[in-house]
Amino acid sequence: MTNSSLDPRIRRIDLEHVKNGVAPTNSHWITFEVFHQDKRGKQPIHVGIVHAPSPEIALMFAKEQYARRKETSNLWVVKSSEVYTFAPEDDDIFETTPEKTFRDPGFYKVRDRIEAYKNKTS
Amino acid sequence: MKNLLLKMADDALIIGHRNSEWTGIGPVLEEDIAFSSMSQDKIGHAWALYRILNEELGGGDPDMVAFNRAAKDFTCCHLVEYPAGEYDFSLVRHFLMDKAEYHRYNLLLQSSFVPLANLAKKVKGELKYHVMHAETWMRQLANGSEESKARMQTALNIAYPIAFSLFEKQEDEAQMIADKVFVGEDALLSIWQEDVHNAIESYGLKVPTNFDSAPFMGGRKGYHTEYLEPLLKEMTEVFSIDPNAEW
Repeated sequence: MTNSSLDPRIRRIDLEHVKNGVAPTNSHWITFEVFHQDKRGKQPIHVGIVHAPSPEIALMFAKEQYARRKETSNLWVVKSSEVYTFAPEDDDIFETTPEKTFRDPGFYKVRDRIEAYKNKTS
Repeated sequence: MKNLLLKMADDALIIGHRNSEWTGIGPVLEEDIAFSSMSQDKIGHAWALYRILNEELGGGDPDMVAFNRAAKDFTCCHLVEYPAGEYDFSLVRHFLMDKAEYHRYNLLLQSSFVPLANLAKKVKGELKYHVMHAETWMRQLANGSEESKARMQTALNIAYPIAFSLFEKQEDEAQMIADKVFVGEDALLSIWQEDVHNAIESYGLKVPTNFDSAPFMGGRKGYHTEYLEPLLKEMTEVFSIDPNAEW
């Protein structure tokens, strides 16, 4: 059954036409990841998503949703499907990272200062 | 010169109110927000112009001028008065009007009247975005489905002849041109036509021909469509309850 919502973002899956377990595609607007840059030269920061039929419209929607009030230098939109990531079940790769404090440069800085202080007082 | 500022302000105020009718019922939430913020921008432009009239040219208090005048004292053009209609009409009107606004303010950057030139500089970026928004949707819908293309063409056929009301001349035009306040409506019209025609053709739509714009003239002299009076009534409803209220 086709349930065509009045909202163009949500045209629900056409279950009658599922072939080999695959529902007809292109019935939804595209999801874009939005990155906001507050000053020229600074890193764009991921702020959320928008749904839009094209990158041009995604950029406009991003302006309205994420750059209405705060200081903005630029916005990026990237199709979510273009973002290549680790599989969720591979998160064990990162399991022991928090233990490796020796990789934290802040750790050494503080150590040095503590040592310096100790040497001064002793 | 007062005439120029007043008609620009009235156009901005009326289209700002008209387009704000989409707030809450726009086609999708994000577009609803986009159309609403552009309406707010227009009201902002109107306010800035009424303020220049008030502070520099001896005009009345901006709130009073905006909310306490009879329809015949408004000099907005017919294009801004027409009802919002379906979204296709509102979009095409937005495209035709903001192209004109963009070029008008662009020309006013060179105005000998400094407050106006300063305002033109200030709103440049806003109008660039308004045009970008309009063009993006025109391109999208003209190249969408068969239905969307037909609807855009139909809306264009209706709105295009009315859009010429934007360029209706006023009595003091020659003086204004001589004083280098503004290059005049004819100069603006030819820039607008060239730009709009190129754009329309690039979307694969047709520029309407064989039309008569005469019935849509008169707004600049206070002769309005039947749609202005009800709009003003709604717009000034709260103000009229107590015109002297402090906000």
